[in-house]
This record gives sequence, structure tokens and C-alpha cells, in this order.
Amino acid sequence: MKILVAVKRVVDYNVRIRVKADQTGVETANVKMSMNPFDEIALEEAVRIKEAGKADEVVVVSIGPSQAQETIRTGLAMGGDRGILVEADPDLEPLTVAKLLKAVVEKESPDLLILGKQAIDDDSNQTGQMLGELLGWPQGTFASKVELGDSEVSVTREIDGGAETLALNMPAVITTDLRLNEPRYAKLPNIMKAKKKPLDTLTPGDLGVDTAHRLKVVKVEEPPKRKGGAKVGSVQELVEKLRNEAKVI
Amino acid sequence: MSVLVIAEHLNGQLAGSTLATLGAAKQLGGDITVLVAGKDVAEVGQQAANVAGVSKVLVADDAAYEHPTAEALTPLVVREAEGATHVLAPATTFGKNLLPRVAARLDVQQISDITGIVSEDTFVRPIYAGNALATVQSSDSVKVITVRGTAFERAEAEGGSADVANVDAAEVPSNVRFVDQQLTVSERPELTSARIIISGGRGMQNGDNFKLLEDVADKLGAAVGASRAAVDAGFVPNDYQVGQTGKIVAPDLYIAVGISGAIQHLAGMEGSKVIVAINKDEEAPIFEVADYGLVADLFEAVPELSQELEKVL
Ligand SMILES: Cc1cc2nc3c(=O)[nH]c(=O)nc-3n(C[C@H](O)[C@H](O)[C@H](O)COP(=O)(O)OP(=O)(O)OC[C@H]3O[C@@H](n4cnc5c(N)ncnc54)[C@H](O)[C@@H]3O)c2cc1C
Ligand SMILES: Nc1ncnc2c1ncn2[C@@H]1O[C@H](COP(=O)(O)O)[C@@H](O)[C@H]1O
Repeated sequence: MKILVAVKRVVDYNVRIRVKADQTGVETANVKMSMNPFDEIALEEAVRIKEAGKADEVVVVSIGPSQAQETIRTGLAMGGDRGILVEADPDLEPLTVAKLLKAVVEKESPDLLILGKQAIDDDSNQTGQMLGELLGWPQGTFASKVELGDSEVSVTREIDGGAETLALNMPAVITTDLRLNEPRYAKLPNIMKAKKKPLDTLTPGDLGVDTAHRLKVVKVEEPPKRKGGAKVGSVQELVEKLRNEAKVI
Repeated sequence: MSVLVIAEHLNGQLAGSTLATLGAAKQLGGDITVLVAGKDVAEVGQQAANVAGVSKVLVADDAAYEHPTAEALTPLVVREAEGATHVLAPATTFGKNLLPRVAARLDVQQISDITGIVSEDTFVRPIYAGNALATVQSSDSVKVITVRGTAFERAEAEGGSADVANVDAAEVPSNVRFVDQQLTVSERPELTSARIIISGGRGMQNGDNFKLLEDVADKLGAAVGASRAAVDAGFVPNDYQVGQTGKIVAPDLYIAVGISGAIQHLAGMEGSKVIVAINKDEEAPIFEVADYGLVADLFEAVPELSQELEKVL
């Protein structure tokens, strides 16, 4: 069995982002970049399935600029076997990413696709579902538990009211939620080994996918700032202010 | 313009998220059609027909939609979206799961989680956990959109008298099967529609200590929420989580107890009208957004808060 994991290179989740003064986007030059946290979880899950003897190969795919190779290498150090970079603009839209991934899937014929539920830069939460539809495969989104059977995979999903379990025929798409697992840190020897693992590069042209944008970014702004910071000295004062000043209780 | 709204409903009730999505639809203007899919949902269809501003309700009542998967709903939505200029669903786990499949089938780039409508093709949406707001203009012929419920005024549940029509089920794929669900039962208001929320973080130390918050919640008629750290530690179920990757809330009053105020948490509650923070670390970032910060040990302050409320309410 083969598992394909899609990983995105994004601004590290600890970075306080800055909006560019000309309102064209968010500053990404000289900013720490990392693998999207949900994609680390996706990769961890794939590697665990392989370690449990239920998969033979984990392929790590990223779509982005040449620096996304680093993200793929991180994935290979975590236990991926092989990487594929589709070299393209960093800001492709989810539908385009899904079409590129579909083309990669058609070349690779994996049994399972694991993606993050959302990229923490665009916060779109679309790619996995779109890919499922384009391929005609079932989806288990927001997964908090994955159990592999022979031809089925059982996925427990986090939903607003609690949790839901679905059984998906394979091939299938899974998108990860935070509680699925705790991703490992790559150890130094594995980082060294990862440098020797195969990493192929493709282009959208090779895959026959048009990357034109459907959405035009008119502007990107800072959200209005809250003016907080006031303190109260006691519980009594708090309750008094909530009643008489804020009038919310 | 003609807007199709995909209704979310639970236990025979049209969800609050649907009313907020209808609020956004009204702001767009044009004819509003609501699609209700489920089993035994005639009553939900009637509720949708009563919402002010709705012109038509389509009810797909079929056993196949008892626990509808995105795979099953997509062909139905795509069929009913014929002729629509906009397809809207709430940006809840229901809408997030479903709508991208619809968008892919229609070959449209979806616009997720909008918080503002500039014109019929231009929308505002938060990115980077709400640390930036992007205004985007769509060139697709149909706009496929999920709506952040807290950003739009809910449509009035009464006052409408739309026509209700039954529609047939569409093809149902056989490659996915519903197994079961575990829903959290609670007497308290739902987080996304509560007027007051009290949330606990890692500082609560364990699940039992959430009783302290419940005590306050009982007095205020509040919902109880949590940070991811509290959920991860198993203090409370996952559906309590507020934040970038949990629920987005905007109550009149949000009380954060033993929560440090990481950006991912703030992303879920910064829209609250009044924020109270109780934390023993005066440097905690939560104080930067709090209207009323109390530097105190929560194990003293929360019981005292409960007593004080008892006195005055
Ligand atoms: C991709 C991603 C998505 C995320 N999404 C979310 C999300 O949706 N929601 C979310 O909440 N987090 C999210 N997080 C996690 C987030 O980064 C923080 O780790 C988390 O919010 C911290 O929770 P906390 O404030 O409860 O814990 P901590 O940061 O550990 O803070 C605990 C606080 O309690 C205080 N405290 C301790 N004891 C007491 C006491 N006795 N009295 C008073 N105060 C006390 C401490 O001073 C401290 O400020 C996400 C992280 C990532 C990487
Ligand atoms: N450029 C990309 N390269 C690889 N994977 C991606 C890319 N963009 C999105 N993904 C995958 O799709 C998931 C959801 O992204 P999004 O729909 O943008 O929120 C991510 O967690 C990744 O697994």
C-alpha cells in the first residue's frame, strides 16, 4: 500500500505576521517558514501506518517555490520515503493545488491521501475535499482517529457537536485535525539520511494544469485592533464594572 | 441574482448558523432559495419557509440523507445550484466539509469563511488566523461561499412565507458509510450562539476544576468553552475548543480563565464585545485584548466571582 501526503510550506505558526504597507499581502521575506502544522500531523499518521506494517511507501508532495524542497526534506527526515516537488508560485489557490495533486495521484496511484485540514496561511480548508471530489474518492475530514482495515478505512471526525465515524472505501482522502497524533521531531541521523532520499521536481506544465487565479486580491489589511489592557483590582470591582459600565450582566 | 443557501439543521431544528448564513444572503440581495436535505425534515423545511426574506424552500426528504455525507449531498447541491449566482453554506464543520466538493464539481474557487460582503463578487475574509483581512474579487460565474456566522446578523426566524417544494434525492455514492456519532449533550447554550461564554485553559489543571466555571456559567446562563491546551489535556471534549481551528465565537461577554492568549486562541474570540481575563501572570498576552483584566489565582478568584454574582444577580 502506498500513502501520499501533501505538505505546504507556510509562515511558522509562532511568527507574528505583518501586513505589507502597500496592502498587497503579508510580509514573507526573511520570515521563518515551516511545514504547515496540520501537515506534520498528516505525515506522522502516514509514517505510523507504515511503521505498523500496513503501508510500504510514503510519498511526500509539496507544491510551491524551490525552497519547498526544505519542507519535503523535513518530511523525509520524519519518515517519508520519497519526495515530489511541483515547482510553482507560493500562492496558488486550493482548486489549482487540488488539480495539481490529482495529476500527481494519477501518476503515483496511491491507496490513501493524507492532507492537513487547513493551511494556516490562507485558512481555506478546501484542498482535501476538492481533491476527493475531483478524484471521485470519499473523504474523512478533520480526522481525530484513523483505523486501517483491508479495503476500508475508518475515520473518526471532529464535528461541531462532538464526533462522527465514517467507513471509507479505499482509495480515500483523509484530512487531519490537531488531536490525531503528536508529530515527532526529526532526529539528526534521519535528517542526514533524508538528504539522500529521492526528490523529483515537476512543473504545472508537466502535469497539464492551468494555474491562473480565479480570485483577485483587492487588498490585505490589518484587522482593527482591540484596545484592551485595562485592569481591575478585585472580583468585586470586576462584577460592579460588568454590571454598571459594560452592562453585560 | 439568485442565492442558494444550504441549510444546516440538527434534531429537527434549523441551526443558528443557517440563520446567520441567510443574514449574509439577504445582504447580497436577490432571490433566496434554501435547500434542506435530511430524513423527516418537512418541519425543518417549514421553519426555513418562515424565515424573513426567503423566497423558496427545496426539501429533499430521503433516508439517504439521514446522516448525510459530503459525497451524498454534493450531487444534490450541484443539481439544485443550476441557475444560481451564489451558493452559500455556514462555515461550520458541516459547511466546511461539504462546500469545497461542490465548488470542485462546479470548477469554482470557493471563498471560505467570509466576514464581509463588499459587492456581489467581492468579499472580505480573515487569513493567518485573523491577523490579516483579505478582500478578494471572484471571477467565477458562480460564487461558492462559506459564511462566518458571528460576522452577520441572523435573519429573523419569523415573518417569511416562502413556497416549499419537495425535490428528489440525487445519486448517492456507495464508497462511504456512516458508522456512528457521539454528540455532546449539554443543557447549556451552544457556544456559537451564547450571549456569555466562560472558557478555561491549561491553568484549570484538570477536568474536575471546570466545575468552578460551570458554577459561574449557571449563574450567568453562559456556555462553557476551552483553549486547545485544555482540550488536548482531556479536561473537556473537543467541541469546547475556541480558536483558529476550533469554534469562532463573538458573545457579548467572554471570560477567559487560566488562558494565556495565544494568537490561535485569540482568533476565535477577539470579536467578543467585552473580554474579561483572569490569569495569575500579569504578562499574559490575553490581558492585551481584555477590557477587564484581573491578575489573580483562579482558584480564589473564580469561587469569589461565583459568590459575588450570587449576591448581585
Ligand atoms: C495550528 C495550530 C492551531 C491552534 N489552534 C488553536 C485553537 O483553535 N484554540 C486554542 O485555544 N489554541 C490553539 N492552538 C494552541 C495555542 O497555540 C496555545 O498552545 C493554546 O491556546 C494554549 O492554551 P492555554 O492558554 O490554555 O495554555 P497556556 O499557554 O499554557 O496558558 C495557561 C495560562 O494559565 C495561567 N494560569 C496557570 N495557573 C493559573 C492559576 N492558578 N490562576 C490563574 N491563571 C493561571 C498561566 O499564567 C497561563 O497564562 C493552536 C496551535 C497550533 C499550532
Ligand atoms: N501548496 C501546497 N502544497 C502541498 N500541499 C498543499 C498545498 N496547499 C494546500 N495543501 C494541502 O491541503 C491542505 C489544506 O489546505 P487549504 O485548503 O489551503 O487550507 C494543507 O494542509 C495541505 O495538506
